[in-house]
Amino acid sequence: MSTPVHLRILGALFRRFLSLGVLAILGLTGLPPVRAADTNSWTATLAEAQGQTVYWNAWGGDDRVNAYIAWAGVEAKKRFRIEVRHVKLGDTAEAVSRVLAEKAAGKDVRGSVDLIWINGENFSAMKQHGLLHGPFVDRLPNFRWVDTDNKPTLVDFTVPAEGLEAPWSMGQFVFLRESRRVPDPPRSAAALLAWAKVNPGRFNYPQPPDFTGTTFLKQVLLELAQDRSALCRPVEEAQFAEISAPLWDYLDELHPVMWRNGRVFPANGPAQTRQLADGEIDIALSFSPEAASSAIESGQLPDSVRTFVWKGGTIANASFLAIPFNSRAKSGAMVLIDFLLSPEAQARKADPRHLGSLTVLDVDKLSPADQAIFKALPKGKATLSPEELGTPLPEPHPYWMDRLEKQWLTRYAAGR
Amino acid sequence: MLRLFPPLAVVLLVGPVLAGLAGTLLPAFDYLPVLGHRAAGLQAWTQLLELPGLRTSVWLSLSTGLVTTILSVLLVVLLCAAWHGTRAFAAMEAWLAPLLSVPHVTVALGLAFLISPSGWIMRCLSPWLTGFSQPPDWRIIQDANGLSLMFGLIAKEAPFLLLMTLAALGQADGERGSVVARTFGYRPMIGWLKAVFPRVYPQIRLPVLAVLAYGVSVVDVAMVLAPTTPAPLAVRVVKMANDSDLNLRFIASAGAMLQCALVLGGVLFWWMLERTVRWWGNRWITTGWRGGRESIPRWIASVAGATLGLAVIFGLLAMAVWSVATHWRFPAAIPAGLTSANWKLHASGVTDAVWNTLSLAVCTTAFSLILSVGVLEFEAATGRRTALSKVGLLYVPLVLPQVAFLFGAQVLLALSRLDGEWIALAWLHLVFVFPYVFLALADAYRAWDERYRRTGLCLGASPLRVLLRIKLPMLLRPIAAAGAVGFAVSVGQYLPTLFAGAGRFPTLTTEAVALSAGGDLRSVGIYAMLQMALPLAAFALALAAPAWCFRHRRGMHVIR
Repeated sequence: MSTPVHLRILGALFRRFLSLGVLAILGLTGLPPVRAADTNSWTATLAEAQGQTVYWNAWGGDDRVNAYIAWAGVEAKKRFRIEVRHVKLGDTAEAVSRVLAEKAAGKDVRGSVDLIWINGENFSAMKQHGLLHGPFVDRLPNFRWVDTDNKPTLVDFTVPAEGLEAPWSMGQFVFLRESRRVPDPPRSAAALLAWAKVNPGRFNYPQPPDFTGTTFLKQVLLELAQDRSALCRPVEEAQFAEISAPLWDYLDELHPVMWRNGRVFPANGPAQTRQLADGEIDIALSFSPEAASSAIESGQLPDSVRTFVWKGGTIANASFLAIPFNSRAKSGAMVLIDFLLSPEAQARKADPRHLGSLTVLDVDKLSPADQAIFKALPKGKATLSPEELGTPLPEPHPYWMDRLEKQWLTRYAAGR
Repeated sequence: MLRLFPPLAVVLLVGPVLAGLAGTLLPAFDYLPVLGHRAAGLQAWTQLLELPGLRTSVWLSLSTGLVTTILSVLLVVLLCAAWHGTRAFAAMEAWLAPLLSVPHVTVALGLAFLISPSGWIMRCLSPWLTGFSQPPDWRIIQDANGLSLMFGLIAKEAPFLLLMTLAALGQADGERGSVVARTFGYRPMIGWLKAVFPRVYPQIRLPVLAVLAYGVSVVDVAMVLAPTTPAPLAVRVVKMANDSDLNLRFIASAGAMLQCALVLGGVLFWWMLERTVRWWGNRWITTGWRGGRESIPRWIASVAGATLGLAVIFGLLAMAVWSVATHWRFPAAIPAGLTSANWKLHASGVTDAVWNTLSLAVCTTAFSLILSVGVLEFEAATGRRTALSKVGLLYVPLVLPQVAFLFGAQVLLALSRLDGEWIALAWLHLVFVFPYVFLALADAYRAWDERYRRTGLCLGASPLRVLLRIKLPMLLRPIAAAGAVGFAVSVGQYLPTLFAGAGRFPTLTTEAVALSAGGDLRSVGIYAMLQMALPLAAFALALAAPAWCFRHRRGMHVIR
């Protein structure tokens, strides 16, 4: 037991990678410089993209994300003459199911989705059913700035991206607390349970299959599981029951002391943030380490809210942008993605005054001028430093997400 | 030419419903060749029955629909019996149309904020009265029995039934029936119940069934107010239909069929209830009992009606306040400050949604009006009632649960490459807009004095000229009113927009529902405001346009 568990998982991931062949290795060893032929074909792509309308299907539950997408749309129109329409999804699965239905109905061109904000089980499903255009990622000029060494930008929940999706945003699971009522935050699963027992009705989590809620389940399971390495692959049903047992025991104990006795759950992260703002609860969850600062900035949360993480580390992942196989604006989508990967767009995204989510770029690789922009970004008062943010834990295999969600529904959403 | 209208209306209206129903029914029995299923088996049904919490979902749907309908009907009957013919009643009538024009989900959002433990009522009472400095952990909304859902539905359905009853009262000569009963010594309420209600009820029967069906299969309001562990059946069916696991579609189809069965079951229950009430009522009427003190039921009716009305109004007011709030935290009774920043932030997204909403509503309403006039004109010319108005065909889209045929309609649209096209979306809106427009217009249209036509024809005008120069201008007021109703119906459509639009045509309603799940009440407030403002503007226009058009015609002035 000398190596920490998460390093062993990373090691396992790396071995998976090596077996994936040339493409992935190319990605890992850093990108080759942009060649002349690539430049030409990119010029052609830029030309083709002009006048296209890109229907960007992205989860629409967060106002600041929506505002950022709207900004990107205005810029794309100005710079590339691309029209961007944000299709606000309640759940990314809606768009996946639409593309899948289109494929089933034989609609191989003129599909209704051009660009999709995606990760995890949705990507895995699209990849598995051959619903994605590409690989296209190494054609994007701005991809060379992406940090492929230290950030999980080439694997998505253990599934290799293989150039079918471009990393867009980094997330790490964090907890928000009302510091006036939670001066000494509970920094582990066990501590949270103990805290909830002393403060009944003051904690909840979004209802799975909402991704923040499901991430809470995975986070607890990662902490309580005997053998974490089992989580990076699908397992047999009997094994699932055995490995997940500590999670259900934990929830059985937690739910009675939760908000509304664990019978009502907020619909998603933003709904939970609203409850934190209204004082319904004292601890909330988020996938964005800058969420608290950014919500304080916009007046949504009181400025006494602070961020904390668990001592054993929290789940980190990237979210991606992908293009469906039947998109009618593939060039437009690619040009838009490339713009979103530019230092300028990424810096705005990282700015807590706008969105405040971690960049996928390797800031050290950027030009001095661009580096300066990133260095000048204000740090919100509720944002943790990289050291305080602690160890990022890799996402379990999508299998676990699916199974945990189903099992949760059976156990806690089946009524009396 | 006129002959074409009735069949056209039937095809446009019933066609998609039947085709959609078939498109839902077949996958329920595991038949959907595009996904490689040709089995025709019962697999989907066994999987449906194994869904965790299915029984609770079913019970929740049924009880919601039945309780909502029973209480709405009771309230309307009490209100009419107690106040029909009074000045207060006439004042209330004026409030009905605007109240009705507000989409269901807007009302639900307002109510949710009003009554929740951290809501406006509690904010006004805390901490000086309640002692709460943080909201209490009470399960008021999303309660396990769906009481808050029922409350939200009654707040919308009772006004609808009231309006229908008022229309029926005019036809059933309620006023004079009431007077005669009173001269026989009956107390006013008992007299109304015994002499007027039996004649009114047959006419509001179909609207009552529409309310029942809506309550059993409601989705958008349920997403705001219903419990989620588990949710009512219709909500779960919609979720399954939109899942990335396509195998769930078969279960969703079976679920949609189960939803149909629930509505049928509800209707059956209602039918038995009607028989019981009729049997008992006939004996009661013939006892000759003149009634006693009526102050208590009168008081109950007024308090219940006023509570609902005020709850809706204050809920909507709260949304208006939210849309301009800087921040507004518990237990502050009013926001910390007011700002226009929220509106500016949403300006671009709102423009799109408003444009989509407007274009859909205007086009479908206009087309529905033309279609309705065509059908009614055919009826006037031939003196026959068409199948549309005779057998209640109009109510088919209103009584059948939306999920049962929208889901199939979506598959068919995908196969015909029409999904995500504006025309498909407009068509589905038409299916729901046309019945309301037709119903709203029919009575006034049929009541038009035929002698004007004959006079016109005798003076040498062609039938078309008579229609365009005499009849339609004279009927401008009811036509405008019917148009406003159709407009409001289109604005409020949630599921049809979601299913046929492929996400490409966000409307105010789909955006409001999407935002209501999470986000900021400030943005929800903005969409709720607009959602309310558009239909209200349509109603205002419906009042103003005829007045302006006839400003130089003394005989056409509104007499009040």
